[in-house]
Amino acid sequence: MLAKRVIPCLDIKDGRTVKGTNFVNLQDAGNPVELAIRYVHEQADELVFLDITATHENRSTLYQLVHEVASCVNIPFTVGGGVRSIDDVNMLLKQGADKISINSAAVRNPTLITTLAKEFGSQCIVLAVDVKEAIPGNWFVYLNGGRIATEIDAISWIQEAVDRGAGEILLTSMDHDGTKNGFAIELTRKISESVTVPVIASGGAGNMKHFEEVFKIGKADAALAASVFHFQEITIPELKHYLSKHQIPVRI
Amino acid sequence: MKTVIIQYNAGNITSVKIALERLGVSYTLSNEAEIIQQADRVIFPGVGEASSAMKYLQERNLDLVIRSLKQPVLGICLGMQLLCRYSEEGNTQCLGIIPTDVKKFNNQLKVPQIGWNTINTLNDSIFNNIPENAFVYYVHGYYVQKNDYTIATTTYGLDYSAAIRKEKFWGVQFHPEKSAQIGEQILKNFLSFS
Repeated sequence: MLAKRVIPCLDIKDGRTVKGTNFVNLQDAGNPVELAIRYVHEQADELVFLDITATHENRSTLYQLVHEVASCVNIPFTVGGGVRSIDDVNMLLKQGADKISINSAAVRNPTLITTLAKEFGSQCIVLAVDVKEAIPGNWFVYLNGGRIATEIDAISWIQEAVDRGAGEILLTSMDHDGTKNGFAIELTRKISESVTVPVIASGGAGNMKHFEEVFKIGKADAALAASVFHFQEITIPELKHYLSKHQIPVRI
Repeated sequence: MKTVIIQYNAGNITSVKIALERLGVSYTLSNEAEIIQQADRVIFPGVGEASSAMKYLQERNLDLVIRSLKQPVLGICLGMQLLCRYSEEGNTQCLGIIPTDVKKFNNQLKVPQIGWNTINTLNDSIFNNIPENAFVYYVHGYYVQKNDYTIATTTYGLDYSAAIRKEKFWGVQFHPEKSAQIGEQILKNFLSFS
């Protein structure tokens, strides 16, 4: 039976992991390579790396880091942040990334999804979407790490992206991110039921029950979290044990 | 002992290279007939689309080269599917080394299947030291039915082949290079074959 995935996310700035909440009061969360190795030992199902500065000057630092991490992990590894072109994707794959996540650039230029999916295959292209419930019951897409609002309806954008070839959706609820009050259950369920590709829920993990809810009620295929794992408020082995006890199929 | 990874247009092979490096195994990446033929064993990876991959192989006569190999060959994911007779993906005549066909998932589940699923009813030395129902990483939208050459099964809406073998051609649907220690053990087992 296909297992539900538990995915730690490393937000990267200047070669370090930072606690990435709303891009303010960035707190150092450690050496990304050491964290990656710890997560592999703890049976994380995948790793996600997001370059939150994503500036040109930082690009070579990122490539080097991606290569270093890829060399010591034996699980799937997704990298995102500032990806705009075939060349960007090629460079990251060459360093050992398995999947690439794209976000703002895809909203500004939706044909980017089509182009990348055709060039690299849908399995390689993860569409990341930052979403906010600006009007109750209506979710909108935000750009540039949540700093720019749009009037784009999140659900129709995600459907369009899947039609264009996105192979997975990384859905971050800005209303929940950093709150530790639980994932966006209703939104995740709506998205998961409206597309044919896996949905990774992100934002709001605070305790193990939250993961259970997002899998059971939210119908997520995977759940992603950062600080609760970095600071060991929840460890992945205890989380998986808990999920398994609650009849959620996980890889143990 | 020379291990050669066949280099062709099917997606990203960096992760296979890195997996071998982690195991301390030296390898050569090649699309040249002579180098592939002289290998002690051959890895035939692949993430991509069947018809364009076959076209690439045929244009370089690599289809003939692969069919003629007598040393151990490991097809991974699309590589495994290309070892078969026919694929519904792009209506493609494949290499025809293992007489079975590749079908599209046609069920209510999400396609492609992405994530960790088990390998069951293990029945081959490539699974030495691997427990029944171990988890490995899959990414695929097409599958090989259970058949006479099946050496492991898995379940996603239906039971199908997680791995197949005919003589010295092995095929695995999952990605051993991305399947943690279980995948490393499977690669080590293959690398011990001669």
